[in-house]
Amino acid sequence: MAKRVAIIGIGTTGFRATTPDVSYRELTYEAAMKAYLDAGIEPKDVGSFVSTAEDFFEGYSIADEYSPDQLGAVLKPIYTVPGDFIHSLASAYMMILSGIGPISVVQGLSKASNMLTLSEMVTFAMDPIYNRPLKESPHSVAGMEMARFLYETGTTREQCAKVVVKNKKNALNNPYAGHSVLIDTDYVLNSQVVSYPLTQMDISPHSDGAVVVVLAEDETAKALSDKPIWIRGIGWCSDTPGLETRNWGQAIYAQIAAEMAYKMAGIHYPRKEIDFAEINDEFSYKELQHLEAMRICKKGEAGPLTEIGGTEITGEFPVNTSGGCIGVGNLYELNGGHKVLEVVRQLRGETGKNQLKNVTTGLAQSWRGIPTTAGTVVILSN
Amino acid sequence: MRRVAIVGAGITKFYRNAMETPKELAYEATKMALDSCEMKLSDIECVVHGTAPDAFDGIHMKGEYLSDGSGAYRKPYMRHYVGGGTGVLSPIHGWFHVASGMFDTCLVVAEEKMSSAYPHPAGAFLTIFDHTTEQPLYPTLIWIFAIEMNRFMTTWGYKKEDIALVAVKNKRNALDHPSAQLGAEITVKDVLDSEIMAWPVNRLDISPTSDGAAAIVLAAEHVARRVTEKPIWIDGVGWALDTAYWCTRDLYYPDYVEVASRQAYKMAGIKEPSKEIHIAEPYDPFTYKELHHIEGLQLCKRGGSVQMLLDGVTQRTGNLPCCPSGGALGVGNPIAATGLMKVMEIFLQLRGEAGNRQVPGRPTCGLAQAWGDLMQVGTVVVMRS
Repeated sequence: MAKRVAIIGIGTTGFRATTPDVSYRELTYEAAMKAYLDAGIEPKDVGSFVSTAEDFFEGYSIADEYSPDQLGAVLKPIYTVPGDFIHSLASAYMMILSGIGPISVVQGLSKASNMLTLSEMVTFAMDPIYNRPLKESPHSVAGMEMARFLYETGTTREQCAKVVVKNKKNALNNPYAGHSVLIDTDYVLNSQVVSYPLTQMDISPHSDGAVVVVLAEDETAKALSDKPIWIRGIGWCSDTPGLETRNWGQAIYAQIAAEMAYKMAGIHYPRKEIDFAEINDEFSYKELQHLEAMRICKKGEAGPLTEIGGTEITGEFPVNTSGGCIGVGNLYELNGGHKVLEVVRQLRGETGKNQLKNVTTGLAQSWRGIPTTAGTVVILSN
Repeated sequence: MRRVAIVGAGITKFYRNAMETPKELAYEATKMALDSCEMKLSDIECVVHGTAPDAFDGIHMKGEYLSDGSGAYRKPYMRHYVGGGTGVLSPIHGWFHVASGMFDTCLVVAEEKMSSAYPHPAGAFLTIFDHTTEQPLYPTLIWIFAIEMNRFMTTWGYKKEDIALVAVKNKRNALDHPSAQLGAEITVKDVLDSEIMAWPVNRLDISPTSDGAAAIVLAAEHVARRVTEKPIWIDGVGWALDTAYWCTRDLYYPDYVEVASRQAYKMAGIKEPSKEIHIAEPYDPFTYKELHHIEGLQLCKRGGSVQMLLDGVTQRTGNLPCCPSGGALGVGNPIAATGLMKVMEIFLQLRGEAGNRQVPGRPTCGLAQAWGDLMQVGTVVVMRS
């Protein structure tokens, strides 16, 4: 592949626990306007669009119907990927390489506060014959997975609690974050047990918001942007959807997706060649599990590294400087979008008090949540 | 940009109330597609899946649920949709995967199991409408299509008995299709005498609700040449969405189909579509839609589609056969799978492997088109042998 693709514009509404003042279309509109302004383009300059939506989360059947208007995509090539935001990013990336047009726009949205029966909805994602009759709550699936992960790697509950403390603290300096607070590990460990060993504080609370990203191919990106952020590698993978056939201790999907992205980016030693990462932490242990799956830490090493502060903003490998899902909020389909947003802001030097020094390469990783095993990874460089 | 070919295809039978689970339907089509080109799952580098509303199968994040049935276990796997246009968007999305140089082979699967929406999938369609301005009116799909059909007929002075010929043609064509749900020998009188659902739409103007799946295998040129002697090339792709506020549009003409087809023609280097396209599979969930789309696709001048039908041009033996498979009206309409069925039909016709359905004259250039959402999406693929 000769051509390179860069992110030249980002726009977001920021993320809040509830947004009764705006509709989901207004959220997208605001993010889109900011992204177009950031990239210095108008919708008419855009060759193609990809939106990210999942029917039951949106409350619509074929939710893609309502994607074009607020993006300025009427009578333009646009389609919807019901996946993670980074899936859509990959789709748009391939579209540019295929020659559909030099500029492509990716949109993602969360209006989680509209969902009245979130837990029941996740139950609807389970296999209707083999898994749904078990009436598992999504948190009990996470609890079982956490127990297995702790058992296989020797990670402790305290180390998981440290992830929560760190991410909620990082979020304090992120103006976009909705769930920041200063707490200690005891507070996490003593919070209500939801499904042992998972406690209330180990679970990321949900947030609303939208992210729009503008992508452009090599020449266009250089012409339009002073600070293009290049996509160096991208990967995605789905493991088995069945609860009974998966590996409960390890995140195989993150491993395969990361290896695909590393290969594309020519990265052999991720811990050395990547400066920082935004990792999916919908549950505290997931951050550790994903770090190990992606070879950033050895098996059983992510917990101790977190314990000694190695993943803090000041640590040797900063993880989730934004505050992650735990500090910013669980954005469902948009989780990857928020991760990409933070990596781009870090690489451009726009994150204020959370800014890392001398960073050139960052990684954003996401996962589609219980009960899926779908993971995505993107590696960005300035 | 690399050249991409379709090298294999598979399809399940289309019917109401399938006993198979959605996953099993996807598996059947996938297996058949791989067998047709003697490839194994290990030869496949990535998988894309097209399936429309989750409410049909009744499974949230149904793309993930269907992943292993579609052969995507531990592979890069992505789902996409644009409502009813999903079926023809599927090869387009697969085309990006290969044309971009990211992958050499891609399996494209489309599945829909509408019978899980009990008692009737029409219920699932209530939630496609705007929650504030439309849902309180309890609209059904048939109402809005009746509005569109009426506008189309009024603008051009088309008669119902002429439009009914589409149902007669497609259901007869479907008699030769092994997957067909509603192949039949009927007359215009049968259509006009069938129950009126919402005037001017009668029961036989509408495609059935169905369960089914289809799959195709895409390969980059160097792989395709090795796999088959008869690759069918994807030479043009196009797709577009119009505004969701459909009440603000004049429904007599599908602008979105025109925009999508012009994009595809430009890519394929087609200047005079009505002459250069030898065979077409326009989307025909309703009788008038085939005509509506033929006009949008520039295969005849605006307002000329009925004359084309009356002249027999769109019959299998005509100059521009349309829906030689039997289309959605005859073969059945498991939304996303229908679009891919149409792509598969062009694939077989261009290879000369369509059996009793084969059109005469060795066609070398064909197109498949689908449409959906709130009368809003056009997706077009141009293929050449």
